[in-house]
Amino acid sequence: MKPQESGALLNGWVKPKHKRANNWLSAISELIRKTIVLTELEVRKLLHDPSDLFVRAAQPVLWLVIFGQVFAKIRAIPSNGLPYLDFMAAGILAQSVLFVAIFSGGMSIIWERDLGTVHKFLASPTPRAAMVLGKALSAGVRGFCQVIVIYLLSLLIGVHLNLNPLAFLGVVLVVFLGAACFCTFSLIIGCLVKSRERFTGIGQLLTMPLFFASNAIYPIVLMPIWLRSIAHLNPLTYMVDALRGTMLANGRSIYGFGTDCLILLAVVVVLTFICGRLYPSIAT
Amino acid sequence: MTRLTQNVGSSTGESQLPPTNASAILETHALTRRFGKAFAQRAVRHIAVNDLNLTVQAGEVFGLLGPNGAGKSTAIKMLTTLLPPSAGSATIAGLDLTRQAATVRRAIGYVPQALSADGSLTGYENLLIFAKLYDIPRKKRENYIRELLNFMGLQDAAHRLVQQYSGGMIRKLEIAQAILHQPLVLFLDEPTVGLDPLARSNVWELVERLRSNFGTTVFLTTHFMEEADSLCDRIAIMHQGQVIVTGTPTELKASLNQEDATLDDVFIHYTGDLLASGANYRETSRIRRTAKRLG
Repeated sequence: MKPQESGALLNGWVKPKHKRANNWLSAISELIRKTIVLTELEVRKLLHDPSDLFVRAAQPVLWLVIFGQVFAKIRAIPSNGLPYLDFMAAGILAQSVLFVAIFSGGMSIIWERDLGTVHKFLASPTPRAAMVLGKALSAGVRGFCQVIVIYLLSLLIGVHLNLNPLAFLGVVLVVFLGAACFCTFSLIIGCLVKSRERFTGIGQLLTMPLFFASNAIYPIVLMPIWLRSIAHLNPLTYMVDALRGTMLANGRSIYGFGTDCLILLAVVVVLTFICGRLYPSIAT
Repeated sequence: MTRLTQNVGSSTGESQLPPTNASAILETHALTRRFGKAFAQRAVRHIAVNDLNLTVQAGEVFGLLGPNGAGKSTAIKMLTTLLPPSAGSATIAGLDLTRQAATVRRAIGYVPQALSADGSLTGYENLLIFAKLYDIPRKKRENYIRELLNFMGLQDAAHRLVQQYSGGMIRKLEIAQAILHQPLVLFLDEPTVGLDPLARSNVWELVERLRSNFGTTVFLTTHFMEEADSLCDRIAIMHQGQVIVTGTPTELKASLNQEDATLDDVFIHYTGDLLASGANYRETSRIRRTAKRLG
């Protein structure tokens, strides 16, 4: 639809023809196209300056090499028949994706708010959900880089990986879903707190409980009942579970790969919906 | 859709829709924005824009002036669909601002006050992303971008990271991003804040060229009087959320009945005590930050 029909020109520009998103199909196609454009934007930024990726890679390396090596010696934690280092590798991959997603999501939107870029996106014909999903997908891209780092390190320290390409694709899928889940969660917090200082504090406050109240570095059966029920509500638990089933040579998923993915997907959809509603408030 | 407001003026006298001038491209009717909770006490609530009535003609450069904190930025945020109005209505090219926000966004271009080009991308990439967001067909995309880069004189810097650009170049790139899709109305929020005099006159010249080459309607806010004087066809002066006076720069100067009155005199005459109505902490900090990044 053109903004105005008549020949009485309001200005001299030739108006490009726009298709109007008047049905579900074109609305969905627009959502997907714009999501890809906004992911492209983030990926281009990463390509210009990948230093952040290297910094982010340090943390999982420390966990696996120091914490992992020591705890593997103690043999105090039951790990479903897996060597502890294997058991933990999946958990650390999930944890590093969690950290990357939490700190790339909310932080970037607050940064863009301070700069003024977000205002320009909001004034453009871009669906709000595409802005959220673009960030979510780009968190997945960052998560994918962590996969590479952790796979290489795992090979070095002798974690028994499942190197079947299909299993690897499964890992990538779970990492994208998990990253999207935590990134949208972080965007919601960013939209609510709106300041860098507050976000850093709250981000720290949230990531630690999410990490410890999950099966990332010890199985849920070790937990007291109350903590166990929290862990069952924690998306990270399902992410780790799916990763254990796909990433490790002898790994097994407790809830099933399909269930894990569906739960993560459902959380992403709900959080994207909420965040799409909150997103415009970042401009005020 | 047909232009709802086009012929209303000549129809029944007591129409629900306000009468409109045929060439008016932007109209606001009692546009109001309050901040703070609706149930909060009066003292806590803050009326940033109060009962704003403006009409902007197609093809003109319209300036919204006022001291910091007068409500200019809030007004422009409402007009660019970033902020829903608390009351009142507005139309742009006959489209209702709240009910047809998605279509309004296709008809407008917006350059925020803060520095909004992405420093970690090249100038070309900044334009490319927006060309895609505005659904410019793939075939035309490269051409449009090349033409605009030439128009702005940025062709040689196209593949450099924007963080290496000068303040004036960044502003030009931002304006290029905002006019890629050939908007009917271009909104510029304090376009020259923080720019050195040379870059400032570059931006002025650019606005002139946009108007003369393409007839773009430009709606800008500023608190630089000389900018308003040399650029704007008509001016509205805002103070404490309300428009106090509207007219051409010449009319406003004549209204003072004072020989050699400048726009500065007009401004001081209408807004009075400047110190008391200054910007709040956050706004001041943002203006200084923008100035620092551009300078």
